[in-house]
Amino acid sequence: MLNIVNKSPLDRGSLDSCLQAADGGAILLIEDGVYAATKGSAGEAKLKAAGSKFKLYALGADAEARGIADRMMDGITLVDYEGFVDLVAEHNTCQSWL
Amino acid sequence: MKYSILVNEGPYTHQASDSAYQFAKAVLAKGHEIFRIFFYHDGVNNATRLTTPPQDDRNIVNRWSKLAEDHKLDMVVCVAAAQRRGIVDEGEAKRNGKDATNLAPGFRISGLGQLVEAGIQSDRLVTFGD
Repeated sequence: MLNIVNKSPLDRGSLDSCLQAADGGAILLIEDGVYAATKGSAGEAKLKAAGSKFKLYALGADAEARGIADRMMDGITLVDYEGFVDLVAEHNTCQSWL
Repeated sequence: MKYSILVNEGPYTHQASDSAYQFAKAVLAKGHEIFRIFFYHDGVNNATRLTTPPQDDRNIVNRWSKLAEDHKLDMVVCVAAAQRRGIVDEGEAKRNGKDATNLAPGFRISGLGQLVEAGIQSDRLVTFGD
């Protein structure tokens, strides 16, 4: 499953819900969700604690718009919108954690 | 592959209608098909033709209308959500005794069954919201 998270972990509990309820697959961070992958942040710690359960992706355009594209945590892959479309195609199901 | 998109957030709110639009464009650019775009909850506000953003800002409503025209997309607005928020076409105006209509070109008003059908008929349904 592809899990899509679009809110900052400082704002909402949607990343927490995703990490608790989803049993693996991939997480794509979009919109304010990209803040979770900022190096040194609490969000990074949560994502790291989830370990190898999830493949991690973030929408590059949203990270760039927020000025944090060069401060993304290790182990995350930046994708563009076409990469987003590919991720949706590659996974049988997708869940937006709103 | 057949995609459908669900938009639950109004324009100029956070980022969901922009993300949904960029995603829809990328789906088409990659040669996939869009079965339907469904607007629900505050997402129905994407369908009012009376919106007038500043000239140097993107016009989210016109952008949807143009995308629908260019690619013959089926863009459906939930009728109950639309009634609550004053999104009206000619049929709804007549039915509810309203003196005006404001549904933008390319959109049509219908029911939730259209969302269920989109879920069944499409390979993927992607939700954008708040």
